[in-house]
Amino acid sequence: MARAGDDSHRAANHEHGSELSETQLRVRALESILVEKGYIDPAALDVLIETYEARIGPHNGARVVAKAWVDPEFRRWLLTDSGAAIASLGYAGRQGEHMVALENTASMHNLVVCTLCSCYPWPVLGLPPVWYKSAPYRSRVVADPRGVLHDFGVELSTDTAIRVWDSTAEVRYLVVPMRPAGTDGWGQQELARLVTRDSMIGAGLPKRPQDVS
Amino acid sequence: MNGAHDMGGVHGFGVVLPEPDKPVFHANWEGRVLALTLAMGATGEWTLDAARFVRENRPPAEYLSKSYYQIWLAGLEQLLVEGGLVAPGELAAGRSLWPAAALKRTLAARDTNGLLKRGGPTNREAPRPARFEVGDQVRAKNIHPVTRTRLPRYVRGHTGTITRVHGCHVFPDSNAHGHGEDPQWLYTVSFPGRELWGAAADPTVTVSVDAFEPYLERAP
Repeated sequence: MARAGDDSHRAANHEHGSELSETQLRVRALESILVEKGYIDPAALDVLIETYEARIGPHNGARVVAKAWVDPEFRRWLLTDSGAAIASLGYAGRQGEHMVALENTASMHNLVVCTLCSCYPWPVLGLPPVWYKSAPYRSRVVADPRGVLHDFGVELSTDTAIRVWDSTAEVRYLVVPMRPAGTDGWGQQELARLVTRDSMIGAGLPKRPQDVS
Repeated sequence: MNGAHDMGGVHGFGVVLPEPDKPVFHANWEGRVLALTLAMGATGEWTLDAARFVRENRPPAEYLSKSYYQIWLAGLEQLLVEGGLVAPGELAAGRSLWPAAALKRTLAARDTNGLLKRGGPTNREAPRPARFEVGDQVRAKNIHPVTRTRLPRYVRGHTGTITRVHGCHVFPDSNAHGHGEDPQWLYTVSFPGRELWGAAADPTVTVSVDAFEPYLERAP
């Protein structure tokens, strides 16, 4: 896991050459066996991959956050009955069955991890990034969250307390970051452009208006 | 079990390397492994907890040297072999050599989106009242089962506060090993950073885990 990025980048490079990596060969072999035996419908595999590459991703969560920023009633709903509020926008299901939204404020910054594996709210954020699954993040963020935030270029005031949520069961957490200054009067779609994946994990902050103009 | 997957507080892994949202998969085979795992999971031949256990329960050197989806691949191969669905000789040959086993069901392309949408909720009717409530002081038990547990080592023996009650959920420690769902109350337990990491730790930090009732005892 420590070398997850290295390995996958090596594999990615192989993808463009004629040489197939041992892993690629094993995956092809396994898929052939499962299809030959009738255990797998190859078309179902394509649907699954397409779903998580294109349809389900952090743009879903960004819509949830932007709505919470402009709609006080929705914000209250999101913070008290997160699963229902998120499902009202059409996001529900696998790895998001039990959702809890956490609101960041000037005095409290929430940060989410799964130290034991890679638990992550798929319906709103898609599949977890390599760093979220990596040993450096999982090992350090529970003991030194400010140091990890520094790796992301985030420096919080020392007046801001940090709460790290280790997702050790089936509850999945979505961070609602603070709405950036200078966005008065912005609509939901414009605001959603400021909401980054990392800000919904707590590892980053939303973009500022000048970052997207 | 006390595996290499239980990483909280381990030193020496270096800095975190952020990266942009895309690509979701860094090689085509990663997407295939994810999809194969989900599609075979949908056959109902094993539980999600069993699938997770075979990924967590790998020799530490292997766990730390394989990439994320390589661990998924190894886990899936193991489940298939242990379940009698694929023979080791078939994996070596790269093709089917023996007749297929009869599966409970298979996943058709047209059912895929419905399956993802439904998910697999783990909340269950409570078989008994909750032992703890919000505000209670509890201690994470000092336990070291060789079987599956979701109680990380870094909280064991430490005292925290119940901050949320999530109802009763499937108990992974039982469900991973074919012993049934055995639903247990699930709580968020918050620990001051200094309780976990000592006096030198950042006093502004709180860390919480989601802990099943059998992991907890009332603080003395």
